[in-house]
Amino acid sequence: MFPYEKYLRLDKFPHIWCTGCGCGIIMKAMLRAIEHSKIPKDSIALVSGIGCSSRTPGYVDFNTLHTTHGRAIAFATGLKLAKPELKIIVVSGDGDATAIGGNHFIHAARRNIDMTVIIYNNYIYGMTGGQASPTTPLGKKASTAPYGSIEPTFDISGLAIAAGATFVARSTCYHAVQIDKFIQKGLLKKGFSLIEVLSPCPIYYARPNREGTSVDMLRWYKENSIPIEVARKMSDTEKERKIITGILHNIERAEFCEEYRKLVKRVSKN
Amino acid sequence: MGFRYEFRLSGSGGQGLILAGKILAEAAAIYDDKNATQSQSYGPEARGGSSRSEVIVSDEEIDYPKAVNINLLLCFTQEACDKYYKDIQENGILLVDSNYVTNVPEGEFKVYSLPITEIAEKEAGKTLVANIVALGIITELTGIVSKEAVESAILSRVPKGTEELNLKAFNAGFDRAKTLK
Amino acid sequence: MQKINRQDAKLMTGNEACAEAAIVAGMRFFAGYPITPSSEIAEVLSRRLPQEKGVFIQMEDELASMAAIIAASLTGVKSMTATSGPGFSLMQENIGYASMAEVPCVIVSVQRGGPSTGLPTLPSQADVMQSRWGTHGDHPIIVVTPSTVRETFDWTIKAFNFAERFRVPVVVLLDEIIAHITEKIIFPKEEEIKIIERKRTKETPETYLPYKYTDSDIPLFADFGSGYRYNVTGLSHDETGFPTNDPKKIDNLYRRLNQKIERYKNEIIEFKTEFLEDAEICVVAYGSSARSTYRAIRQTREAGIKVGIFQIFTIWPFPYEELAKVSHHIKKFIVPEMNLGQIAHEVSCATRCDVIKVNRVDGGLITPDEILERIKHVSV
Repeated sequence: MFPYEKYLRLDKFPHIWCTGCGCGIIMKAMLRAIEHSKIPKDSIALVSGIGCSSRTPGYVDFNTLHTTHGRAIAFATGLKLAKPELKIIVVSGDGDATAIGGNHFIHAARRNIDMTVIIYNNYIYGMTGGQASPTTPLGKKASTAPYGSIEPTFDISGLAIAAGATFVARSTCYHAVQIDKFIQKGLLKKGFSLIEVLSPCPIYYARPNREGTSVDMLRWYKENSIPIEVARKMSDTEKERKIITGILHNIERAEFCEEYRKLVKRVSKN
Repeated sequence: MGFRYEFRLSGSGGQGLILAGKILAEAAAIYDDKNATQSQSYGPEARGGSSRSEVIVSDEEIDYPKAVNINLLLCFTQEACDKYYKDIQENGILLVDSNYVTNVPEGEFKVYSLPITEIAEKEAGKTLVANIVALGIITELTGIVSKEAVESAILSRVPKGTEELNLKAFNAGFDRAKTLK
Repeated sequence: MQKINRQDAKLMTGNEACAEAAIVAGMRFFAGYPITPSSEIAEVLSRRLPQEKGVFIQMEDELASMAAIIAASLTGVKSMTATSGPGFSLMQENIGYASMAEVPCVIVSVQRGGPSTGLPTLPSQADVMQSRWGTHGDHPIIVVTPSTVRETFDWTIKAFNFAERFRVPVVVLLDEIIAHITEKIIFPKEEEIKIIERKRTKETPETYLPYKYTDSDIPLFADFGSGYRYNVTGLSHDETGFPTNDPKKIDNLYRRLNQKIERYKNEIIEFKTEFLEDAEICVVAYGSSARSTYRAIRQTREAGIKVGIFQIFTIWPFPYEELAKVSHHIKKFIVPEMNLGQIAHEVSCATRCDVIKVNRVDGGLITPDEILERIKHVSV
């Protein structure tokens, strides 16, 4: 049995997440990744914004910073630059990271600042009662899209790659073991790493869209996920509405804090 | 109330009026140990558009930092001259660059109309230093700041490598003004 | 402390003096976004901070700038940002976060005409109320309003001292006149400069509570990420730093947050008076309007009119009691400001007297003549 207790603030339980929510699956995967990476608790700062995913920091025993809606990555940027020895993990949701916080998301990727961002993508604003987010699929219902969403969606991983992230991986809550491997790789990466995890919201997403229980959603993830290696050989039509999983992007590029340190060395007195 | 002298240097953006104002203020405040402020009004344009730089010199602390009762007005454009000459106080000085200001207004002030830009080109070889030529003229005409102070301020404010050019321009203006008295 | 290794007297702008003072105060982290008329502060610091082994970063917007300086300050470094009206508006949410999480930081706002894009290159004093109440909720904040380059230097240092001592965001509220004026500044001697550092806990990580009540009402700080694994949140929280829904604890928190400024206001509030002893008319002024006022009252005194000035350096907390004290022998108060009367109302509250407003919102500095006319009109 994995020693989760080592990392949990047990006095803060029970947690506020609904039965069947994917947040716990991702949180546990993150803890396994941290344990396997052998990073001491004192060296980790976990930063979040607002939303269901962003309640994660309250339950885990690290340096934890629960900030304002959308701004987790901006806070994390200040934290990393002021204390580069900290290992920074940001947990965020689809709305938090790509709607209200979209600007910080792309600019942190562009700078390639060393942090690991884990996005819990549940296609909805869960905390506030099921409003449509930038990843609510076309035609799906939300409390602010009662006739079905008419907006195209963001591909979060694609956005990160285009903006300059150096490590990007996608998985789902069905593939729990895969998540911690990706997070572990992200933690080892010197640069901006993004792990997007599809996560079920049985209450506010599945229910209005008649997609069944959390188990049904996990089953859907299982049946519709295609590893990137396989997907590369498929046509666009074949890939439509499928979830492409795996390490989508892994490159080397100058990291921002290191570049800043070089600048300081060049211009500072003595 | 103590002594207070107000300069307004006016023209268009890119003519170096803000730099000239800063040199004048530095000469008075640092090298002549008086008090001085320099302020400017500016629009969104970096070049062109109207530009106005004001310097107040006083022997006491300067409260209100804007020029309202001008002792010396320098105009590098006709537009600036038309706009500001009414703010010159009685017995004040209006100095215009005759290369640009052809319609010189009349009033209860002394008028000096000199080809400042032409002097810059002839004596220093560059029209760019017309602002510094004007500083030379102003220094000699007003006697508010010492020649040595302005020279020191020029050396501390102009780009490296242009010191000689600027001092030459300054002295050209200063010497020309001597002939006017 | 940073050594002042320069000539005693120098010619500089308010923005330059502000940036230099921040470095003298020990500020080593700046995050900002360019905006007229504050950009020179960022420009100076982009050159100076790397030299001092500090951090300068130009963020993607003002929301991010404010977020970054809060996070940096949590690690124990003194931090600041600089902006103007529109950017100040964008920072407001996170200024509230700094108030709530009690994170020391300094925000310089160089006022220009507004609302909206307004008058980017022209002065205004219309953000006085925004600096007090810009973020939502009852929150503590301190706002200082210098009027000269030297005062900008001194009050920037004091702003950091307030931030450190009270664990609050502090606003240095400049205006375009002070920001861009070049004037002589005689630097204070090193021994004249007082620098305050936030009080750190002596407890071990095992017993440390980040918001434990103290007699001073100001919790003791532990540098975030230095072995004290605590939680910071913008939610209402208890002494442990974790969210709480306990009405008693919530009430305690909000009252203490405001109390910690209220109870020390006598140590915070600063003002200067001139000719007030025998004055019948008092001009209450702050920022660059105070400069016009000094000229006006010096001129009117020569004409034999009994007028004095009450210049405010700490606009928030507002000096209500101090103004009330001087109001006994004053017949009329005049408040010149480059807005439509934001502080006039506070003066009226404090003095229960008639307040005459002198306002300008056309992008021009109020002239001594405009104040003088009103003084003469009143004194008749």
